[in-house]
Amino acid sequence: MTVIETLRREWFSNVRGDLLSGLVVALALIPEAIAFSIIAGVDPKVGLYASFCIAVVIAFTGGRPGMISAATGAMALLMVTLVREHGLEYLLAASVLCGVLQIGAGYLRLGSLMRFVSRSVVTGFVNALAILIFMAQLPELTGVTWHVYAMTAAGLGIIYLFPLLPGVGKVIPSPLVCILLLTAVSIYLGLDIRTVSDMGELPDTLPVFLWPDVPLNLDTLMIILPYSVAMAVVGLLESMMTATIVDDLTDTSSDKNRECKGQGVANIASGLLGGMAGCAMIGQSVINVKSGGRTRLSCFVAGSVLLVLVVFASDWVGQIPMAALVAVMIMVSIGTFSWDSIRNLRHHPLSTNLVMLATVSVVVATHNLAYGVFVGVLLAAMFFANKIGHYLHIGSVLSADGEERRYEVVGQVFFSSADKFAAGFDFREALDRVVIDLSRAHFWDITAVGALDKVVIKFRREGTAVEVIGLNEASATIVDRFGVHDKPDAVDHIGGH
Amino acid sequence: MNEPQVLACIDGSASSEAVCDYAAWASLRLSAPLTLLHVLEPNVGASPADLSGSIGLGSREHLLSELAELDERRARLLREQGKLMLDAATARVRADGVAEPALRQRHGRLVDTLQELESDIRLLVVGRQGEAGGSAASQVGSQLESVIRTMHRPVLVSTGVFRSPQRVLVAFDNSPSVRKGLDLLLQSPLLAGLAMHLLMVGADTADAREALEFARLQLQQAGVTATAEIRAGAEVDSVLLACQREQAMDLIVMGAYGHSPIRRFLVGSTTTSMLRHAECPLLLLR
Repeated sequence: MTVIETLRREWFSNVRGDLLSGLVVALALIPEAIAFSIIAGVDPKVGLYASFCIAVVIAFTGGRPGMISAATGAMALLMVTLVREHGLEYLLAASVLCGVLQIGAGYLRLGSLMRFVSRSVVTGFVNALAILIFMAQLPELTGVTWHVYAMTAAGLGIIYLFPLLPGVGKVIPSPLVCILLLTAVSIYLGLDIRTVSDMGELPDTLPVFLWPDVPLNLDTLMIILPYSVAMAVVGLLESMMTATIVDDLTDTSSDKNRECKGQGVANIASGLLGGMAGCAMIGQSVINVKSGGRTRLSCFVAGSVLLVLVVFASDWVGQIPMAALVAVMIMVSIGTFSWDSIRNLRHHPLSTNLVMLATVSVVVATHNLAYGVFVGVLLAAMFFANKIGHYLHIGSVLSADGEERRYEVVGQVFFSSADKFAAGFDFREALDRVVIDLSRAHFWDITAVGALDKVVIKFRREGTAVEVIGLNEASATIVDRFGVHDKPDAVDHIGGH
Repeated sequence: MNEPQVLACIDGSASSEAVCDYAAWASLRLSAPLTLLHVLEPNVGASPADLSGSIGLGSREHLLSELAELDERRARLLREQGKLMLDAATARVRADGVAEPALRQRHGRLVDTLQELESDIRLLVVGRQGEAGGSAASQVGSQLESVIRTMHRPVLVSTGVFRSPQRVLVAFDNSPSVRKGLDLLLQSPLLAGLAMHLLMVGADTADAREALEFARLQLQQAGVTATAEIRAGAEVDSVLLACQREQAMDLIVMGAYGHSPIRRFLVGSTTTSMLRHAECPLLLLR
């Protein structure tokens, strides 16, 4: 593959679509970046610089063309205590460290660990994220005048009804219309409601390179490391999930490990230019694909336009009422939530539902998506082990003279089914000889071997001679180093029953 | 697919008929099986864009099914069209004397598909112009260059209508790749018995003369009537084309893309220029 050909395909194969979708995404990124800065407890300019920087850098370094990355809610939620207790400079340092960790993860090919994250965990993650984004809007809606409620309701009405208008509906982004109209109304009526400029400083210059003003010592590292690790994990998780969604939507493939490294580079750049850490955005990426964006160009355009708009129109951006932002963010949370998952609760097996619900509840309780995913993956693995443990059958035949019993073990023996295995033998039966045929069984771990030892000893204590046949075949799965099972017949071999 | 094939790339363009003819010719001469390939290229972002920028209940699921449906309809249609093209191509190569051409239809980008199939390819036959190309005779297909650059097999680029090659012009530059290519040609029945003319473009030095004469003798020993010539000229491509025109050659053999893409970007490539202007098919040796 030639360089020029790759460049053409990944950047310029869909120029018109990417320019338009980049514009749409840029407009949608502005309210999100401001809202997420407010969640994190920093000035809006931190989120806006971050969104610009991450979007532009990831356009070059990412592994999934057409995916949008910027400052995100998932990451902002993790920063709250760090910012509150130590201030912005520590957040910038944590962002840089988070990027370093992500690059490391990319080189260690941890992107492939995503295969352990089951679909129900992904659904739980997405739903929890949507709920958290929604909950983050509630402070803006408590203890305020009726004007704010009216504005928010009107905003939501515009966002969802405007696209239904024939002609203009599908050409002008409805969140933009919502923001413009509500800002105009609020200025015209001179309403005394909160605006973006009340929330902190907006950018008025291009971002400049700035080394985070923190002492470079072990104490600093100890403060930021836990946050950086959590951010690195959550950032990569959301990025990998979003990459999978974009893969599915566009029917193309992505380079997950390159994406890990790319996210790292983008976060380092963001931290050094005064922005917070970010990651891929599910909602924005869906909007991008829906608007026709397919290549790296769309993300690049989104980031650059965002910066130009914000720097040159910061006075106007400051006038946007918070109610308009809340309306946009409610839309984002509604669009992020997987509504199918609620309908599917009735059809899906209980274990799947439990995994999803556990993920959601842990996240909502801890505000940390990493914990939720950890619990979800753990539960899913346990349910799976439990299910596979059922694939064990022990049958037996008594010989004609009544002196010998032949047990045949079929299926999977491992930690989860070891007890069931031991319980399959009748030790009380007075016999001369017992034959245990393992040639159609599979011993997966040391627990299984231990259970077999126990069974043999128990029979011996009863004075019964034990013969074990087929142990070599059965235990081949323990000693394997994967390579053995790469042969085509390995799968039949494992089928066993 | 173990025996190396003559692979002909068929699309809906005007050049497909000539591609069939040249592929049939090569297949018969090489007594290698012929495969006709039609590649269904994926759609890049041609779906109607919805710029409303809002996402509502189940947007993701809806978008997925919407995009899948669009792709499905398009793919069905393309596959049907492809089948028709392949049928027409089969009829054509049967008429040319190839009894049993194999047919293949694959999804993916042309370059990637050819790369996957490369180990089975003995000779690749492509048309100069792709499906998307207009009617301008000298236009070169948008994917041709990357196909030639990625392949490590000889590529026969067809132009115009089929004319059974009789006189062959060999662009000789004494580079290792061309010398290796000549060895390959001598062992292959593809051009056996055809008259060959070795042309070297550049200064008439003793070294050049010696190398050229050596190559000519090699051909002669293999039983080929070969002539040789050195012509001065700064632009290799125009000298080659002039010679082809003067002596009514009907096939040009040359090495392809000896230089890096960067040099190509700066000073242009002889191969690209030849692809654009040649009036007869080119056999490009990699």
